[in-house]
Amino acid sequence: MNNISELTLTGASALLKKGAISSRELTQAALERIAALDGSLHAFLHIAADSALEQADAADRQRKASPTDAQPLLGIPLAVKDVLTVSGMPCTCGSKILEGYMPPYTATVVNRLQAAGMVIIGKTNTDEFAMGSSTENSAYGVTHNPWDVTRVPGGSSGGSASAVAARLIPAALGTDTGGSVRQPASFCGVTGLKPTYGRVSRYGLIAYGSSLDSCGVLAHSAQDAAEVYSVMAGPDTLDASSQKIPLKPVSLQAGQDLHGVRIGVPGEYFIAGIQPEVEARVREAIQVLQDLGAEIKQVSLPHTEYAVPVYYLIAPAEASANLARYDGIRFGPRVDGDNLWDVFFRTRGQKFGDEVTRRIMLGTYALSAGYYDAYYGQAQKVRTLIKRDFEQVFRDVDAIACPVAPTTAFPIGAHGDDPLAMYLEDIFTLPANLAGVPGLAFPTGFDGQGLPVGMQLMGRHFDEAGLFKIAHAYQQVTDWHKQSPRLAL
Amino acid sequence: MSLTIQEVEHIAKLARLELSEDEKNRYREQLSAILEHVAQLQKLDTSALRSVPGGGLSNAENPLRVDEARPGLPTETLLKSAAQTERSQYKIPPVFE
Repeated sequence: MNNISELTLTGASALLKKGAISSRELTQAALERIAALDGSLHAFLHIAADSALEQADAADRQRKASPTDAQPLLGIPLAVKDVLTVSGMPCTCGSKILEGYMPPYTATVVNRLQAAGMVIIGKTNTDEFAMGSSTENSAYGVTHNPWDVTRVPGGSSGGSASAVAARLIPAALGTDTGGSVRQPASFCGVTGLKPTYGRVSRYGLIAYGSSLDSCGVLAHSAQDAAEVYSVMAGPDTLDASSQKIPLKPVSLQAGQDLHGVRIGVPGEYFIAGIQPEVEARVREAIQVLQDLGAEIKQVSLPHTEYAVPVYYLIAPAEASANLARYDGIRFGPRVDGDNLWDVFFRTRGQKFGDEVTRRIMLGTYALSAGYYDAYYGQAQKVRTLIKRDFEQVFRDVDAIACPVAPTTAFPIGAHGDDPLAMYLEDIFTLPANLAGVPGLAFPTGFDGQGLPVGMQLMGRHFDEAGLFKIAHAYQQVTDWHKQSPRLAL
Repeated sequence: MSLTIQEVEHIAKLARLELSEDEKNRYREQLSAILEHVAQLQKLDTSALRSVPGGGLSNAENPLRVDEARPGLPTETLLKSAAQTERSQYKIPPVFE
């Protein structure tokens, strides 16, 4: 069979169900495509070919034994961002400070997807400890955007986005603390979900900013992402931030229109400086939603401009505390010294990369004596104002539609030594993390250089189903999500 | 908002990071620019607001569970992740001279 590795998740699931392909064939094809293409993309940090084929065979046996009980994800390959633990696979977080670390336990999300029969094929590249918007901060080399390999895939889940876009894998897990699923999804032309804070377990997600971190999924369509989300989401006693609210089922039908759905368009997300083609593609997509029957309303999220300063105080502050555990004692390599202090200073000084060091320093400063109230305290208060903006708007609308990022994928090295310029790229994705609301990114066309443009939907807390419904309706009448980059095999 | 080299050294000491002179200069410059940017928060009047730590959910519950014993990870498994161990313990250089 030709192009078996290019199947979408639901496409592969249907063929597996019919018996037209086996999970071994599907997994083998993915491994072959990775072998052929990942040399130029560098989406993967670790590939577990043998264990993937074993899992695939087990899935095939299970399907054969009881074909009618087979779940939709049984036998489908999955890649996992390298900040989530999988027992038996290394977990580096893109950092030298965890080089060679083999986590002794598996993240809840991975456990659930494995239990549903998914085949874990490997770990994908990430900015170090998920800190970055381009995957350039990985200590193991940059990932390339399959639409133009001289450009970044976005970040920090750039490896997952690149792998899905290049059709190396039908779906991949990502994490999103300030846009790290949605922005790479947008840059690579795939669909990516950042769930509500507390909706998806973070047990086994190596912590960065604990009041912001979430675990999401990237795939080719809202429908594919919803299949994975529906299995990974839901309460987990191993994660104290996991909420006991029951999971709302996602029900996506063909030909569904959007009558009765109110969508808000926030003026603050269409600002000067945004790439004109990004605005044009997003406005066209909003028109499609209107044509599908949605009621479009202008709304205002007045504190949007403060999202960058609030985030870049809160996230580094939390990171400085979370990353205190990397001291060369319990995990990762140690740089020796004459006394314990030397070990701490040398190991951390030499093994953390620039961006992580910068954020630890920034966070340490924001929490230090004399500065706490002015920086961290004030940022938390302004965060409340940002949350209230959303609460206010969601009284009038069911979802918010806006761009994911102000530009399409930028060239590798474009932001060189200017971290602040990189931070400003996150302006449209940070508010969802600060307010804890879900966000869904999906492709809505291309710019003049053939680079994907993405739109973001944000919804009420725990209304992932509502976002999937809107994106699915859009994807029923458009085919941007079906476009693939041309890659030389 | 401009940091001095002494302030950078103080932060690095608090964060247990060994920095080269070159790094100190670079971080001084970059952190100063970032602090300049975040200073815009000071102009907002937030006197009526409380600083509430935690996630974005306004009515999140702290989920409680029954406090009963359950299996954890075995010591030997955890020790495998460490750089140096001896007799089922982490081995570290002297804390006191």
